[in-house]
Amino acid sequence: MDADTLVERHVLEYPGGYTRSLGPAESRFLTGLRDGRIVGVRLGDGRVMVPPAEYDPETARPVDEYVEVGPAGVVTAWTWVSEPRPGKHPLERPFAFALVRPDGADTAMLHVLDADGPASLRVGMRVAPRWRAERRGHVTDIEAWVPLAEGEPVPAPPAPAPPAPAPPAGADPGEAAEEPGPVTRMVSPVRLEYEINAGIAPTRYLHALAERRIVGQKAAGSDHVYVPPRGSDPTTGAPTEVEVEVGQDGTVTTFCVVNIPGLSDLAPPVPYVCAQILLDGADTPWFGLVQGLDADDVRMGLRVRAVWDDDPAPDARSIKWFEPNGEPDAPYESYKDYA
Amino acid sequence: MNGEVAVVAFAQTKHVARDRERNEVELIIPVVREAIERSGIPRHEIGFTASGSCDYLAGGPFSFVMGLDAVGAWPPIRESHVEADAAWALHEAWVAILTGEVDSALVYGFGKSSLGDVHEIMTLQTDPYHVAPLWPSMVDLAALQASALLAAGEVTERDLAEVSARCRTAALDNPNAVVAEAVDADELLARPITHPPLRDADVFPVTDGAAAVVLAAGDLARDVCSRPAWISGLDHRIEPQALGVRDLTTSRSTALAGANAGASAGGLDAAELHTQFSHEEPILRQALGLGDGVDVNPSGGPLTANPVMSTGLIRIGEIAARIHDGRIDRGLAHASQGPALQQNLVCVMEAR
Amino acid sequence: MGGVRTAVVGVGQTHHVAARHDVSMAGLVREAAAEALVDAGLDWSDVDAVVVGKAPDMFEGVVMPELWLADALGAAGKPLTRVHTAGSVGGSTALVAADLVRAGVHQRVLAVAFEKQSESNATWGLSVPMPFSSPLVAGAGGYFAPLIRAYMARSGAPRHIGHLVAVKDRLNALRNPKAHLHLPDITLEQVEESFLLWDPLRYLDVCPSSDGAMALVLASEDVADGLPGPAAWIHGSAMRSEPTMFAGRDQVNPQAGRDCAAQVFAEAGISDPRADLDCAEVYVPFSWYEPMWLENLGFCEAGEGWRLTEAGATAFDGDIPWNPSGGVLSSNPIGASGMIRFGEAAQQARGRAGDHQVEPRRGLVLGHAYGGGSQFFAMWVVGAAKP
Repeated sequence: MDADTLVERHVLEYPGGYTRSLGPAESRFLTGLRDGRIVGVRLGDGRVMVPPAEYDPETARPVDEYVEVGPAGVVTAWTWVSEPRPGKHPLERPFAFALVRPDGADTAMLHVLDADGPASLRVGMRVAPRWRAERRGHVTDIEAWVPLAEGEPVPAPPAPAPPAPAPPAGADPGEAAEEPGPVTRMVSPVRLEYEINAGIAPTRYLHALAERRIVGQKAAGSDHVYVPPRGSDPTTGAPTEVEVEVGQDGTVTTFCVVNIPGLSDLAPPVPYVCAQILLDGADTPWFGLVQGLDADDVRMGLRVRAVWDDDPAPDARSIKWFEPNGEPDAPYESYKDYA
Repeated sequence: MNGEVAVVAFAQTKHVARDRERNEVELIIPVVREAIERSGIPRHEIGFTASGSCDYLAGGPFSFVMGLDAVGAWPPIRESHVEADAAWALHEAWVAILTGEVDSALVYGFGKSSLGDVHEIMTLQTDPYHVAPLWPSMVDLAALQASALLAAGEVTERDLAEVSARCRTAALDNPNAVVAEAVDADELLARPITHPPLRDADVFPVTDGAAAVVLAAGDLARDVCSRPAWISGLDHRIEPQALGVRDLTTSRSTALAGANAGASAGGLDAAELHTQFSHEEPILRQALGLGDGVDVNPSGGPLTANPVMSTGLIRIGEIAARIHDGRIDRGLAHASQGPALQQNLVCVMEAR
Repeated sequence: MGGVRTAVVGVGQTHHVAARHDVSMAGLVREAAAEALVDAGLDWSDVDAVVVGKAPDMFEGVVMPELWLADALGAAGKPLTRVHTAGSVGGSTALVAADLVRAGVHQRVLAVAFEKQSESNATWGLSVPMPFSSPLVAGAGGYFAPLIRAYMARSGAPRHIGHLVAVKDRLNALRNPKAHLHLPDITLEQVEESFLLWDPLRYLDVCPSSDGAMALVLASEDVADGLPGPAAWIHGSAMRSEPTMFAGRDQVNPQAGRDCAAQVFAEAGISDPRADLDCAEVYVPFSWYEPMWLENLGFCEAGEGWRLTEAGATAFDGDIPWNPSGGVLSSNPIGASGMIRFGEAAQQARGRAGDHQVEPRRGLVLGHAYGGGSQFFAMWVVGAAKP
């Protein structure tokens, strides 16, 4: 087959972002940033590492002697980003990623560097953090590092940090206002976009769905009809190149009644029935919804028929659900080997 | 225990920048079939199966589960999966054979880097608290290493261009390569710097593909293969990930793995290195002690075809194939993953 | 089984809870690993290699997080391997680590499995809707509940059998201070009245979602003999996989599970697991999987598993206790759950299971894990004596 196969856009994103608890070292670091300070940790051999970890990266032994470093530092490596990614990169105009070794530290931290262009950058240049006025305990509380001319004073972080959330009733309000608690959590949005192509075998099957036909596939020399097909007979790894149209009626081999709302955007109101349906002429079950009767009346052996979307497309959702076809129940013996 | 293990068969897809036809299962079916057929070992007699893939490349969980459909896992098989380049699956299979319980293994890897943005997906390998939220891409992280290397003064931009030119020219002889051109360093140096200090030709091409290898022990290997590629040494090592705590001008994990795998014993005719970026070659050459007499990346290497999650396995296959057909007697394959060469595997193979 | 004799010489685990707000991911895995090393009488520097297992990376939103966690686990300059075999991964990870020792490649291997499910939501992570695949609109329970119904039809098991397991495992968890769920007042009536999520599964028939980590130290005979603590020797180990769906597949009593059990018991010299084992730690995420796996693993004939459960054979004071730790029904950090079964089995063999230690007989214990659509299996039998 020369034609491209079906393509669909896909977004992988945990709604609301990942909720990360920080533990002692990350909490120290991000609390420090909120307060306009850069915090490192002293390692077993006396070197100072920034950002800090709970452990020595060489020996894995616990470390917990936190030390303030910087705020100015030296660039040890850099690269230029000419096309920032909106919503991901912290700066909207072209910028550099750099490794910066803050004064007093023996390791470098990765961050962004705001400069006029790549021609102005070199390894060994001095830089200083440009702090955000509104800091929340996040790595972007340093908006960017900026070049520092020789003799130029290091800019101080804008003060004060934003006020802490209202203290709980009974707490000393004065004390709470002066000493916001440590940062212990962060939220991390992760959004990735894909264009997924269905593949050759599924595309043939999906195109048939658009014609209200259910076309399974089997490997040459095999009797086993796969619906939906995935490209191979999984018992042999042979490609399923032979097409077999199967029936639109089938038997509920087993099922469950779902009472949990909101499991999927596609889920009907609860209670609803999810079933394994063995289509006439197929050898693998179809996972589908059964509608058109009370959930309590659904049973193993129930004979059902596919209900199509009014405007079927090359999409698995073209079969909306199955409903009873009026035939008597299939005897258990006829489908027991398929559940 | 089985002391002797060899690569007896290798197959790979004709890699493409973007496979608009096949899904992952359809990529794997022909390479698994071809590798097994070449091995001469009946499918049901293969003792162990291991694969390598990455859910985030596929965009959803359990991508390896569907991959199993390509193998014919019936009756049930002894099988495992690593969320890593399939070179690490090969290591697991090698260990399984060394226990003496099985005498052969199928190893495969697959991935379609074109489905999403692989540069951005690999950002998520980094520290989730203070690196990933800044979204440095895989190329940005590599460029930082290149920057540190050039600043140290032992390697020049021309050196990088010469690596890229040599690989792109070598790929003209590799029908599976995605990028190939007759080009020299001067021509490459005239092209724009796109990811300072790197140019596009210093960066791997986005690639879809799969590969499979069959391993066999001792007498079985001798029975099914006229010139088995005997694994004389295999080791892998990792180092801390944070770029700022590492000396980016060297690869000590590669040096360690190479020493344990016997890279320094010499006599190497060729080496296939997992160089996704041109500056990685001088770092790896130095770590492995590869002299000028070693033909590095005769296939063109990952700078000309980089089907992520099988690229490392392909390095092993490319060396093994050259031993099988008598082009070389002894060679080294290297696999790597993680930002700036964080984790490295070295496999030395030889004819006996 | 071949190769170097291999033993578990150290076991460590976190206190499993719904959300460990007090630790980072590194802190979580280090807590288990450090406890295992102390238990073994070893230091980070003694470890030759590290093997990490967890379920899909989407749970925490970090791609191959073992790379970033390498130094947290003391792997700088060492080999580190990441295993991912769906729900069976904790068991597979232990077996991959054990094979490194059995093959003579390493002497002391640290195996760690974890999941920090509170970073996202397991239901989302397990069923990210993918283009072109039939949308599973019912979550993980919606996949397994129909198989449970098929088992009930096949075996004639009455509806309360699952609830008996739900109560039994939660009562066992009261003996295990590290278990996530501690429900001291749980009763059969309470389970029967709990919300019907996926008929026939009720809320209390289902495992919780946990943050947690498990770690094992595996050592060669030479090393284990020189350590002060007790060892759990590996007498048998096996992995089996079969495809998710194929013509004629028995989804209720999968062949891969039967084959895996047959191999592990043959290696350990076990002909009648009910009589020959002291107890078993078996992956039971939904209560009904106890009777189903009793049959699959050959503890009884097909169709008879529910009778063992009903008769109390699998209770803490029964003749073949299943999941004395409380099992997956009481703690479920998915990627770690299989290794918790393997580690709890080792603790029983070592006599280190504390208040949930069962009475030793032959000293042999089964650890079991499964995953995917009941298609990936990993098992070992460990014992107090050398094989």
